[in-house]
Formats: sequence, C-alpha cells, structure tokens
Amino acid sequence: MGNVLVLAEHRQGALRDISFEMLAVAPGLAGNMGGEAVVLLIGSGMDEMAKKIAGYGVKVMVVDDPLFENFNAEKYQKVLSALIDDLKPALLMTGHTAQGVDFMPALAVEKKMPLVTEAIGLEYEGDVLKVTRQLYSGKVNATVAFKPADTYLVTFREGAVEAPESSAGADVEKIESPLKEDIPYRKFVEYIEAEVGDVDITQSDILIAIGRGLKEDKNLPVIEELAAAIKADVAGSRAATDAGWIPHDRQVGTSGKTVKPKLYIAMGISGAFQHLAGMKGAKTVVAINKDPEAPIFTVADYAIVDDMFKVVPKLAEKLKELKG
Amino acid sequence: MKTLVCIKYVPDTSEAEVKVNPDGISVDDSRFSFDINDSDNYAVEESVLIKEAQGGEVTVFSIGPKKSDVMIRMAMAKGCDQAVRVEDDRIAGHDPLMVAKTLAGAIKGHEFDLIMTGCVAVDDGHMATGAALAEELGVNHATMVKKVEVGDGKVTVHRELEGGMLESVEVELPAVLTIQTGINEPRYAPIRGIRQAQKKELKVVSLDDIGVDPDSVGSDASQVVIEKLYIPEVESTAEFLEGEPEEKAEKLASILVKGGLV
Ligand SMILES: Cc1cc2nc3c(=O)[nH]c(=O)nc-3n(C[C@H](O)[C@H](O)[C@H](O)COP(=O)(O)OP(=O)(O)OC[C@H]3O[C@@H](n4cnc5c(N)ncnc54)[C@H](O)[C@@H]3O)c2cc1C
Ligand SMILES: Nc1ncnc2c1ncn2[C@@H]1O[C@H](COP(=O)(O)O)[C@@H](O)[C@H]1O
Repeated sequence: MGNVLVLAEHRQGALRDISFEMLAVAPGLAGNMGGEAVVLLIGSGMDEMAKKIAGYGVKVMVVDDPLFENFNAEKYQKVLSALIDDLKPALLMTGHTAQGVDFMPALAVEKKMPLVTEAIGLEYEGDVLKVTRQLYSGKVNATVAFKPADTYLVTFREGAVEAPESSAGADVEKIESPLKEDIPYRKFVEYIEAEVGDVDITQSDILIAIGRGLKEDKNLPVIEELAAAIKADVAGSRAATDAGWIPHDRQVGTSGKTVKPKLYIAMGISGAFQHLAGMKGAKTVVAINKDPEAPIFTVADYAIVDDMFKVVPKLAEKLKELKG
Repeated sequence: MKTLVCIKYVPDTSEAEVKVNPDGISVDDSRFSFDINDSDNYAVEESVLIKEAQGGEVTVFSIGPKKSDVMIRMAMAKGCDQAVRVEDDRIAGHDPLMVAKTLAGAIKGHEFDLIMTGCVAVDDGHMATGAALAEELGVNHATMVKKVEVGDGKVTVHRELEGGMLESVEVELPAVLTIQTGINEPRYAPIRGIRQAQKKELKVVSLDDIGVDPDSVGSDASQVVIEKLYIPEVESTAEFLEGEPEEKAEKLASILVKGGLV
C-alpha cells in the first residue's frame, strides 16, 4: 500500500491542464489503494504554482532548484528514480504528453517497473490496478491489468477527464533535490513558438477542415470552391498538414491550433482524439465521412455518411444557389 | 554515420471496421491491409537523408512476421542498406518494454551512432518503445522529433510540444530519436531501388539467434495483461442526413442556410 504520486506539469511558468485533470482521478484511486494522492512539482521558482495546485486539496511536494529551469528528460528521470526509492509510491502518474513520454519508458526500464501509457481511466479493483486505454486510433478500447508490483507507472491522456473544482488548501513541502549537478549529455536550448501564417484559424467563423480522405492535393480545388462560396477558411487534420496539402499553421488539434468557429465542417477526417481536442469548442459541427463508425460523428451535429467527393460539388452548387 | 531504423508493419484501420475476436483479447486483422507505420516511414526517410548528406549506412530492424518483408524491402529500395527481422512467436508484442528489450537484443553487436524509431505505432499506440530502447542500450534519447541537425558528436533536435510549439534540445551521440510525422517528405521508392533492394541482405533471426532469453520477453515476463478488448460505443447525437449523395448535399445546404450558419 502506498501513495499515488502525481507529477504536475508546467511550461514557461504556467501549470498545464493535465496537472489538474489527473487530480480528478488520483485522490479516489489513492483511497482505494490505501494511501493518499500527493502532487510532485519539479522546477525552479515554484512557489506560486505550488500554492495553486495545493488549492485543490492535495499535498504538494516541491523540488525547487535552478537546475530545473527547463524540462529535461534525463534530469527528471534521475530525480524521479531517487524519489521513488525514497517515497515508495504505489503509483507514479504523469501526463501522456511531450514531457511524460520523454522519460517514463526509460524510467520503467531503469527501475524494472511496469508501465502502461495513455490511460483514459484507472481503477483499483480486488487489489489489481486496471487501466483503460485505446488501440487502433481509438477504434478499440482495452482494459489492461497490471500484475502485482510495488510501484506502477502510468501516463495519463490529456483531456480524457475534466479537472475537479479547486477546494480547501493543503500543505506544501519542499524537498531537497536529489540531483546535485547538471548533466552534460542532454541540454535544453530554446523554445520555438508556433508558426503564424496568413490566416489565423483560431479567429475564423467558418472552417472547412480536410483530412487524409482528401487523398491528393489535386482534389483541393473542389474544397476551395466550397470554401469561397460560404466564406470559410480551410483548415485540416495533422494528416492533411503532414501531406503538405495545407500549411502547418492550419492544423487543428493538440499539436496544432484550438479553434472555436461557429461552423466546423470536417471532411475525410476520422476524428482522432488529438483532432477532436482542438475543435470541441466549435458551435455547430458537420461531419462528412464514408465510415459510419468514424469517431468524428460523436461530436457532430449534422452527419453525412458518404464519399465526400460525391457530396461536396452539389453542396457548393446548392449553397451558391440558396445564398443567391 | 551509422544509423539503425526500427520499423513496424501495422494494419490500416482508418477506414475499416475493427472487430474483436471471440477470445475477447485480440483483434481480427485478417481483412486489413498492412503497411509501414506512419511515423516509421518518416524515420526511414530521415535516416536516408542523413546518409545522403553525411555518408554511412542504414540498417533496418523489425520484429514481425514474414509478410513484413514487403515493407522492409521497400525501405531498402528507398536507400536503407540491410535489414534484420526478428521473427518469434514467444515475444509479448503488446508490451513496449518487451519489444524494446527484444530490439536491444537484436541490435547488440551492431555499431551505431543514431537509432531512429517512429514516435508511436498506430496499432498499439504506446509511444514508449524508443525511449525504453535507449535505456536498454544505455544511450541518450529524445522523443517526438521534428528536426534533426547532426553536429560533432551530438545532434540538435526539435521536439514537438503541444500547441505547435517546439523545443530545441542537444543530445550527445550515440542516441535514440523517436521521429514524429511531418519531419520530412517521404520519397517514393525509385524503380531502380526496388530492383536493387532484392539483392540487399535481409537477415531473419529468432530470439535464440540473438541471444535473448525467451522467458525474459514473453508474456510471463511482461507485467501487464490485456484483460479485455471492446469497441467503444460511438455515441452520436448527430442528425444523420439520408438519401443519395446529391440529396444529402441539398439537405445539408438548406439546413446551413435556414439555420443562419452560413
Ligand atoms: C503526438 C501526436 C499529436 C497529434 N496531434 C494531432 C493534431 O494536432 N491534429 C490532428 O488532426 N491529428 C493529430 N495527431 C494525429 C492523429 O492521431 C491522427 O493520426 C490524425 O488526426 C488522422 O488524420 P485524419 O483523420 O485526416 O486521417 P485518418 O485517420 O486516416 O482518417 C481519414 C478519414 O477519411 C475518411 N475518408 C477517406 N476517403 C473518404 C472520402 N472519399 N469521403 C469521405 N471520407 C473519406 C476515412 O473513412 C477516414 O475516417 C497527432 C498524433 C500524435 C501521435
Ligand atoms: N515490432 C516492432 N518492430 C520494430 N520496431 C517497432 C516494433 N514495435 C514498435 N517499434 C518501434 O517503436 C515505435 C513506437 O512504438 P510504440 O511504442 O509501440 O508506440 C514504432 O514507431 C517503431 O519505430
């Protein structure tokens, strides 16, 4: 029996949403595991952030040291390795984020501890820790059970659960950094801000978003014609930007932009979780996809199951006609 | 520069219906078409680009069945020099830590400056194999890489963070990099390359051949068990427009116009 250690995540002076989201899960789970939830913060100049997260009623432990000015997977691994030996948590949980995935697998190998990544749910049942995660880009759910171990490692998906309300404050404890000197073999250099393009899709009223279903860029003109007819901007999924059909700064999703148009028309987009996360804020969603099982339909208001190329030309024609 | 690139043959399920087998813990993949995992395709391209710029060689590593040879030959047609495929039913393929241990075993004895993997396999989606492999081999790593600049004894890479932001990081070689999609434009294999690829060496090995104890990477060694697979309900409250494609288009157009949405 032991505590659930939650590694809070922050960047450029601000805590990231995943830090709070994990608090929707950790305290209850810790109770079932016979311990309590404890948040761990690693960084430099952490007073504000520590206070903020302690405001969610969970104890916070802080490693505050200039060595942790910026994220560094190797340093995090070293600190966590030492802290696991010290604190013997039953579970260490981090975000399934660019940070979490950068050190958790290595930590698992180093400590010979079991790891399950990208959890969307966690349950402790009959002394067994079970994780819900997704396979095949969200088409299949899996319940994965850990075999009994002293410490389990889990990375938790961003946006899978909602953060709880803040509550009464809790204690903040500073702990000495187990890392005494910098490491030479991995160095943080700088941040590079997201690209800005000619159109800022975060401000668009109407977006037509295309995905891999476009197949080739020679199919773009039909889409552009439709866009022109309704004064929409064209955005897309990662598959569409990776393919070079549209510029990178028009990618919607976790590694792209978060958009909130009045109307979002998704065509040939399956609706991977990373995509949905970027367009949840759209007021009305239309989805056109030939696969009736496509997850994009879970967020749609109006749905067409069909070949987009059979629908779009007529749609453009009819819209032009109706709008005069 | 000696580069190793790890690639996986995965089913394309983007347009297909996925069914769970009666055993409840596996998926019926008999009807799927398979291809190289998306990010691995970018890893192959990146390794060939580095070879073209710096000289050296690229060796492909893959764990998988015989049918993956098509993918491996294609990578060789694009410029990879040789390949090792591990085929063994005893590997717990759903556990990235077991996969990493097997890859590490296969890689031992091969010199390398750089190892590239994809950042995530689209079937299991662990996003864990590359960093675990680095630890197994005792070398540095960086994940989710969108740019690689080879320097003297080190690489400077751009790691993809959330929201389109990047982080530039310097890592000493040798190192494992997990490559993210969009880092380059994967080429098509030239006809000449396809012919040459047939003559390149593709070694098929078992766990015994690479000196990995089957008990150390099998389902007994794995600390995780798939208990159940199930299809998540696609709960949609959407209004599905019915009819011929043209009718659907007309219905949608009038909904958009009448609703004042356009
Ligand atoms: C770390 C990370 C970050 C990511 N960030 C993002 C992100 O920010 N944004 C993002 O979008 N993705 C992101 N992804 C990728 C994401 O997981 C998916 O791979 C991607 O969203 C898939 O794009 P898609 O829907 O266009 O392609 P697919 O999933 O391949 O879907 C194509 C769809 O088109 C349909 N289709 C095909 N032909 C037609 C036709 N003629 N008519 C109608 N429908 C058709 C198919 O049925 C299918 O549903 C990220 C992945 C990772 C690992
Ligand atoms: N069976 C395999 N053979 C070779 N490489 C693999 C295999 N499984 C995973 N990988 C590599 O590890 C990466 C990440 O996989 P995963 O951790 O499963 O998401 C993939 O993109 C591949 O480069």
